[in-house]
Amino acid sequence: MDERLLVTASPHIRDNTTTAGLMGWVLVSLLPCTVAAAMIFGWRALLLIAVTVFACVAFEYLWCLLLKKPIPVRDLSACVTGVILAMNMPVGMPLWIAVIGAFVAIIITKQLWGGIGFNFANPALVGRIVLFLGFAPRMTAYVYPRTAHDALAGATPLAASVDRSAVSILDVFLGVHGGMLGETCALACLAGLAILLYVGVIDAWIPCSIIGSAFVFTLLITGDLHVTLVEMCAGGLLFGAVFMATDYVTSPLTAKGKLIYGIFIGLAAVLIRHFGSMNEGMSFAILLGNIITCLLNQYVHQTPLGYKKPQKAKKGKKAAAAKEPAAAQGGAK
Amino acid sequence: MFKTLKRSAAGAAVPHEKGTAGMQTVQMPVPKEVLIPLQMHIGAPAEPVVQKGDSVKVGTLIGKAGGFVSANIHASVSGTVKAIEDVRMVHGVMAKAVRIESDGLQTPDPACVPPTVTDKASLLAAIQGCGLVGVGGAGFPTHVKLAANVDTLLINGAECEPYLTTDAREMLECSDTIIAGIEAVMKYCEIPTCIIGIERNKPECIDLMCSLTRDMKGVSVKPLPMRYPQGAEKTLIESCTGREVPQFNDAGKPGLPADAGCIVMNVTSVSTLGKYLRTGMPLVAKRLTVEGDAIAKPQNIEVPIGTMYADVIEACGGIKEGVHLGKVIFGGPMMGGAAPSANFPVLKQNNGLLLFSKEKAALPDPNPCIRCGRCIKGCPMGLEPVTIVEAFNRKDFDGLKARCVDLCVACGSCTYVCPAKRLVSQNMALAKAWYLAEVRKGGK
Repeated sequence: MDERLLVTASPHIRDNTTTAGLMGWVLVSLLPCTVAAAMIFGWRALLLIAVTVFACVAFEYLWCLLLKKPIPVRDLSACVTGVILAMNMPVGMPLWIAVIGAFVAIIITKQLWGGIGFNFANPALVGRIVLFLGFAPRMTAYVYPRTAHDALAGATPLAASVDRSAVSILDVFLGVHGGMLGETCALACLAGLAILLYVGVIDAWIPCSIIGSAFVFTLLITGDLHVTLVEMCAGGLLFGAVFMATDYVTSPLTAKGKLIYGIFIGLAAVLIRHFGSMNEGMSFAILLGNIITCLLNQYVHQTPLGYKKPQKAKKGKKAAAAKEPAAAQGGAK
Repeated sequence: MFKTLKRSAAGAAVPHEKGTAGMQTVQMPVPKEVLIPLQMHIGAPAEPVVQKGDSVKVGTLIGKAGGFVSANIHASVSGTVKAIEDVRMVHGVMAKAVRIESDGLQTPDPACVPPTVTDKASLLAAIQGCGLVGVGGAGFPTHVKLAANVDTLLINGAECEPYLTTDAREMLECSDTIIAGIEAVMKYCEIPTCIIGIERNKPECIDLMCSLTRDMKGVSVKPLPMRYPQGAEKTLIESCTGREVPQFNDAGKPGLPADAGCIVMNVTSVSTLGKYLRTGMPLVAKRLTVEGDAIAKPQNIEVPIGTMYADVIEACGGIKEGVHLGKVIFGGPMMGGAAPSANFPVLKQNNGLLLFSKEKAALPDPNPCIRCGRCIKGCPMGLEPVTIVEAFNRKDFDGLKARCVDLCVACGSCTYVCPAKRLVSQNMALAKAWYLAEVRKGGK
């Protein structure tokens, strides 16, 4: 009884969820995509993933060692970045370019901004975009899958030359066509989504609103259900919606913000695909979404229990009436 | 779906740990000595009306309410007043307290006779006389609460805190006095409707209350979803009636349940009222759930108010052999306080005493925020803890005001759910205190 007791403020118990646990579940949910990539593109896909993950973890470790910061490697976030980055490369990517991608993702996009929780854009996404712009021929050198039935399957179904109304939905759904490692197999992405939702790592708001809005806008533009479905399954739309747009740090905090963010990304992706000069717009759409996230966090809010919109000046508060009611209360409708 | 967009308010999925729910309440042997503080309620402290050497009986008035928002204090044992002294209370402030040496006989004071209640005024006078406060934890004097004119009486049987089962036992063991209390309040305060809210993890309580209230006009039982903090006043009002307690009432003051036409009473409070109207014995004993991984015999035990924690622990078999006591918590693990030692008295509003081992008491180190938004999803009030803490770190008064930090109920859900193990609700409390201090200074 005379032992020293611990005195802390309440609450005295905690949930079992940890950052590392959440990241671990993301890794588990990436397994279907990894398996699909290995089946479609062969064993080199696994080598590429391993090298990228190793490079990401090593960069994070060395950087924190250099700056004498606590080593955050155990939270697994660098592993997640590595896997997602590798999933964004074609199977024939030279390994040294993959390491450059890891450097851009971990050092430039994450650590220079302050490490986990402070980056303004998804590290893997910036890595992908830098590789895409800097090594364009190699990033678009889609290798024919081992199991391809015909020549058509070699090119990404989003290429301008492909007649999408002739593409088999089953082929794009299973991912038997050219493309990045993780993106081709829609089935694997949806399996990953199911895992993430089941264990509660993410909410359905972001993936559902991206896919929903992309579907609606593509249908409006093309007017053809078959083409729309092919476009939904092809390219990075599903992979991006499930694994990249849902990154905690770079997506809005509230459900309302997430909904707006998702619809914005879906719309931007469809506009870039159909009216831009690129076949694939998902990565730039998500980057734009990352950038509007801070605006959404500032202006889109939940309505607290019992909150009433202040009626003009008075009544709101005993403290001085809001000087700029429109700006201060803008989002709190 | 649209409701989630407006406000997630999912609360926290805390473990139940209601291992003592099936155990009959045990009467504690009379302690040798009790220390009864004269401040066990929100409001002015009571004035001592006894002196050193006076002999008292169970129920003798020893402290007279020091104002309207105050409560009478009665002796919980029969014996002799040893001293009236200044003591440091468990939450750190000093208060006057009456130390009574027990004669072990527990003779009731003959002056304790059932009050005559004929209308609202006499009911409120009787309640003030018996020293009833909100025994669920807040300690708000009941007669002040009942003075409001409302149309709905809510009886709080949610008991959403893990471990605690005192309200569940009250419903099972003292259902008749609960009903008597409800009838009296509804009759004299002219409240037409009464809803008894009980969390679904207490099916036997729900069944019992349903069968007892079947023939009562205007009384219904509402089974509530299992989520913490279901029993928080504002959350309970919303789940039972769909009404929202406004942030500010028409006078610009912070909103109270009465502004939503409700009075919320804890089941044990209303039962204590029923007992007092029947026997005239004021609030002198309290049921405690003694639980945790360090106590030898977890149980529900009825103890005289003012009993030292150490005596309660001893009555429950002491600390388990070979276990190092790490933390003593009065109340539940989510909102209760940690005591620096076991030498503090049990108060009227205490309902649990948790003893955690060193291992169980150890808390994880905080990590950087990953902005997952779980605190926002969990906040029962629909606040945004992460945004509020950021604004507080910037000392951003307007930001805190826009995010309604004053609505925080300090339930601890945000800290509980945080995967980075950050001290979110603790920082929310600092933010709220700073904000309210700035408001008092005139709002910057």
